[in-house]
Amino acid sequence: MTAATHDTGRFGPFGGQYVPETLIPALDELTAAYDAAMRDTRFTSVLDEMLATYVGRPSALTEAPNFSAHIGARVLLKREDLNHTGAHKINNALAQALLAKRMGKQRIIAETGAGQHGVATATACARLGLDCVVYMGEEDMRRQALNVFRMKLMGAEVVPVTSGTRTLKDATSEAIRDWVGTCDHSYYIIGSVVGPAPYPRMVRDFQAIIGREARAQVLERAGKLPTSVVACIGGGSNAMGVFHAFVPDTGVELVGVEAAGKGLETGEHSASLACGKPGVLHGAMSYLLQDASGQVYPAHSVSAGLDYPGVGPEHSWLKDSGRATYVSCTDADALNGFGLLARLEGVIPALETAHAVAWIAAQRGRWAADDVVLLCVSGRGDKDVAQVAQMDTFSA
Amino acid sequence: MLNETMSSLRAAKRRALVCYVTAGHPDPARSVALVQGIAAAGADVIELGVPFSDPVADGPVIQGSSQMALEAGMTLQKTLELAAATRVRVPLVLFSYLNPLLAAGPNVLQQAKDSGISGLLVTDLPVGADPEREAWIGKGPLSFVRLVAPTTPTNRMKQIASHGSGFVYLISRLGVTGERSDVSVDLPGTVERLRSVCALPICVGFGVSSAAQARAVANMADGVVVGSALVRIAERSVDEAVAFVRSLRSAIDAA
Ligand SMILES: Cc1ncc(COP(=O)(O)O)c(C=O)c1O
Repeated sequence: MTAATHDTGRFGPFGGQYVPETLIPALDELTAAYDAAMRDTRFTSVLDEMLATYVGRPSALTEAPNFSAHIGARVLLKREDLNHTGAHKINNALAQALLAKRMGKQRIIAETGAGQHGVATATACARLGLDCVVYMGEEDMRRQALNVFRMKLMGAEVVPVTSGTRTLKDATSEAIRDWVGTCDHSYYIIGSVVGPAPYPRMVRDFQAIIGREARAQVLERAGKLPTSVVACIGGGSNAMGVFHAFVPDTGVELVGVEAAGKGLETGEHSASLACGKPGVLHGAMSYLLQDASGQVYPAHSVSAGLDYPGVGPEHSWLKDSGRATYVSCTDADALNGFGLLARLEGVIPALETAHAVAWIAAQRGRWAADDVVLLCVSGRGDKDVAQVAQMDTFSA
Repeated sequence: MLNETMSSLRAAKRRALVCYVTAGHPDPARSVALVQGIAAAGADVIELGVPFSDPVADGPVIQGSSQMALEAGMTLQKTLELAAATRVRVPLVLFSYLNPLLAAGPNVLQQAKDSGISGLLVTDLPVGADPEREAWIGKGPLSFVRLVAPTTPTNRMKQIASHGSGFVYLISRLGVTGERSDVSVDLPGTVERLRSVCALPICVGFGVSSAAQARAVANMADGVVVGSALVRIAERSVDEAVAFVRSLRSAIDAA
């Protein structure tokens, strides 16, 4: 189109800006502000400084000798769980909050599933003196009560979402509705590489520090690139973050692990890439769980952070272009992975991460002993221990 | 048919009354009766909302009506059957999110035409977002109604006006669909801005909920769209909804 600032933001046929007209000028403004900020060292140096002294970057790369022995390859853990607030989400939330501040927007809106993005956003807002409203599905507020408390403690308003499936999908819809009404003074900090352009590209860029650091750390530690890079996929931000630096390294296998829930054959899962068809949800064209008449299917996963029927458009493109491979693990596998990494390495992963742990654990014999497998530990499992303890009681 | 209706209204210096209902709400049978009643009560155009699981541009009333319709088994295909069953003479405009249209496939526009639909409005397909699919709709058998928002810059308004047909739907204020107690103070200025770059008739909607507001809007635009207020009343009683449309008609004609 002729409008000069119009960013169609495509990854192959995926992505785009399928939003109500009201938001188009807001997205144009955001695109321009983001691109200008990234060219401005006054912005990037403040961000780098806060990533170092507030978030605690670079995050460690940890050997996992016992897990390595278990699967027969050298596993290295990229420790996003060690970030302030306990997950990769802060990389993006902090950067976008800084951008909002630069744009003069005082009111921040966010959606959250597991609560990690909500906590990260509430944290960044507390630090930068911004007002924060977080939309969270009622079902997720129950599953992640601890994170609800943390957000409120930091001064955020947590709005329960009671529509639809009462999970991340509906929280995202509600956040978009808020933004449609308030885009003149509010900034929407989306939590993953989803949504209309420029969000998928911007969130990827803010998370790409994971892969940039990890690539250099692995090269230094092992003297070579990893054979495989593995991450869990909800919307896909920790995976895009760790993949991005490796995309040009065509010899490096990129593996995304989706949530197979109760099993792909049951229909109760969140494996959009494995089982979905291209469609439009929340502003982007991407693989989507939907029925024959184009209604979005409710997703299911034991982990609230993966419980989403869509996926970031760049993953759809990496899948169709063959650059990345997408696999899945069930709720039961993930619960085993959760315990396995805790027992073998003294690292309790988030239930989301546990899907990637479980997939690697099931691949014993797939790699040679000196192959390096890089696992993105997207978050720590403290938020999940109460839920898992309760489920263990039920199954005992 | 939509284009003809809009131009003959303009020639007669009459304002258009555009009524939104959600297909299949409050239930499929009453939905047919509702459309017929509204047409008889003086609506010039009826927008038939296709229920969608994730209506991000809609407030609680239309969200709730979509949910009810979906639970009653409503789909895009059944919406077309419902449209055909109404046999009304006023133009019907399908009001849909993009995903159900994509899932239905390329023949859906002709099917809609064959079911008596004359226009299409896609909430989440703004001008320039997807030239290929916009061309599919633009070259198809239906009028393609495009939306303008209060945030839309004037040069973009011009672009939107040149890519639409039937009428241009002007969103009266920031925000999702839903009833409001007053008309936005910025509305006259936005209508004037749009008028300066747009030859198509301008219909104003989002938030118009009473006869008094409808009259105020009719004084500045070519047409008035009433949605949430009508849907809320229809959920209680089809007869009351029809009476409400009659009151809107007289208010607009008195403007
Ligand atoms: C620890 C953790 N990992 C992963 C995810 C999934 O999101 P994404 O796929 O965007 O990384 C979440 C989401 O809440 C999370 O909290």
